[in-house]
Amino acid sequence: MLEEIRIKVENINFFYGLKHALVDLNMDIYKNRVTAMIGPSGCGKSTFIRLINRMNDLVSHTTLKGRILLDGKNIFDPDVDVVELRRKVGMVFQKPNPFPKSIFENLVYGLQIKGVTDKKVLNEKTETALRKAALWEEVKDRLNDSALRLSGGQQQRLCIARCLVVEPEVILFDEPCASLDPISTRKIEDLIVELKKDYTILVVTHNMQQAARISTKTAFFLLGELIEFGNTEDIFTNPKDKRTEDYVSGRFG
Amino acid sequence: MLSRNFTDSLIEKLIFACGFAAIILVSLIFFFLLREGLGFFAQYNIKEFISGHFWYPTSKPAGFGILPLIMGSLFVTLGAAVIAVPVGVMAAFYISEVAPVAVRDILKSGIELLAAIPSVVIGFIGMVTLVPLVRVIFDIPTGLSAFSGALMLAFMAMPTIVSISEDAIRSVPGTYKEGALALGATKWQTMYRIILPAAAPGILAAVMLGIGRVIGETMAVMMITGNAAAIPDTIFDPVRTMTATIAAEMGETVKGSMHYKGLFAIGLVLFVITFIINFIADSFLNRVKK
Repeated sequence: MLEEIRIKVENINFFYGLKHALVDLNMDIYKNRVTAMIGPSGCGKSTFIRLINRMNDLVSHTTLKGRILLDGKNIFDPDVDVVELRRKVGMVFQKPNPFPKSIFENLVYGLQIKGVTDKKVLNEKTETALRKAALWEEVKDRLNDSALRLSGGQQQRLCIARCLVVEPEVILFDEPCASLDPISTRKIEDLIVELKKDYTILVVTHNMQQAARISTKTAFFLLGELIEFGNTEDIFTNPKDKRTEDYVSGRFG
Repeated sequence: MLSRNFTDSLIEKLIFACGFAAIILVSLIFFFLLREGLGFFAQYNIKEFISGHFWYPTSKPAGFGILPLIMGSLFVTLGAAVIAVPVGVMAAFYISEVAPVAVRDILKSGIELLAAIPSVVIGFIGMVTLVPLVRVIFDIPTGLSAFSGALMLAFMAMPTIVSISEDAIRSVPGTYKEGALALGATKWQTMYRIILPAAAPGILAAVMLGIGRVIGETMAVMMITGNAAAIPDTIFDPVRTMTATIAAEMGETVKGSMHYKGLFAIGLVLFVITFIINFIADSFLNRVKK
């Protein structure tokens, strides 16, 4: 498959107040690939992916320089509709965050805010998304139960389904397995690999084995800088930078 | 070692005594109210008391019907709630979700300051500014009406409603908001469909506590509602509330007389009403904590 650039990051510098959180970032994100961001805590990997759906807009006192092009269009241009952008770029958070509503209501929320009211469409799309998120069999008989009654792993898959129902093109995962047990983690990982066929995926992770298992490309961040970016295999077996080697071999981090 | 144990147990006993005294005092007040009030019902039919149309405590024969007073309290309280609840809840949303940080801090302390204004001052301001204004605007014989009272009381309920609603809205986990925004919800859709339902129990408790304050309020309503113990037809009629009746007449009664006991009976009715409201508010607040 030919590699097609979906997102182009150009000279991104980002500040929280005076703190320089991201330094001269340049990278390409490819379509239908899983790109993993690894690095120690506070290295800026989460900050980076939260730029792509402009979640950092919510944080005050920040400064941004540079561009991020999604399909050739700078997402920070003043004429970009943030709501539209976020429908195109979905996000799954570190801690499962289902709304305190029923499973069904969680799923249809993203459609209802778009103005979809047709019951048939809502039911169909809910089922499709739950099947894609490998949750359908477990919840099909209790769609009206509170989402908060699900286990942590199920909640996270529900959040993935909730994200899929809006039909995004890019999905950002911010440490999606950080609060899950190994079996749930395995399920989410399989799911991410499966989703790669239809979506462009970015995953922030603390877990290097996870990055190695699921990603095609890996980016190693340290103190806000992108130290090394390339094919996952090369990063883990043949890193060019000494710091990358130290990190992936477990010498620090 | 011994002396430290001694100090410890002394302080413990002191704290126990203080707590116990508070409970004793409250129950004494309650029993006193109960005794005087129930004594009234021994001599006067309770049904006639609640549903009687005439409050003529000093006539012969005397009439002790508190329906006009209940209606007065109801008109003023409901009127105040209708004004204060939407404004208060929206103000709370503005403060916690919309306002920039600097504005938020000023507003929050401003609203808490509003709670510190003594009710007699609010009543006075209402009497000299609001009452003439209401008379002119609505072209009614007197501005001393249930409407003026409701408007002034709305001001008094607002700080409670805003402040507690704001706490409830703020305690909604930020992850809900993030989740909704990340799905492409607008700010308004996030507030209305995610934050409002999640904060609803706390907001309801805030409303109940605000209303509780309005029902118990005496001084301001006495000054601006006109004090006419007649069943009002519209909200622009003068009314008299239960609290104002007790405050105005208690000084003129003979201790132990029917009139005196009747006022205690009104107090008992008020007590039951506020108890129910506080109970409902409490159960909502407890649900929030869980």
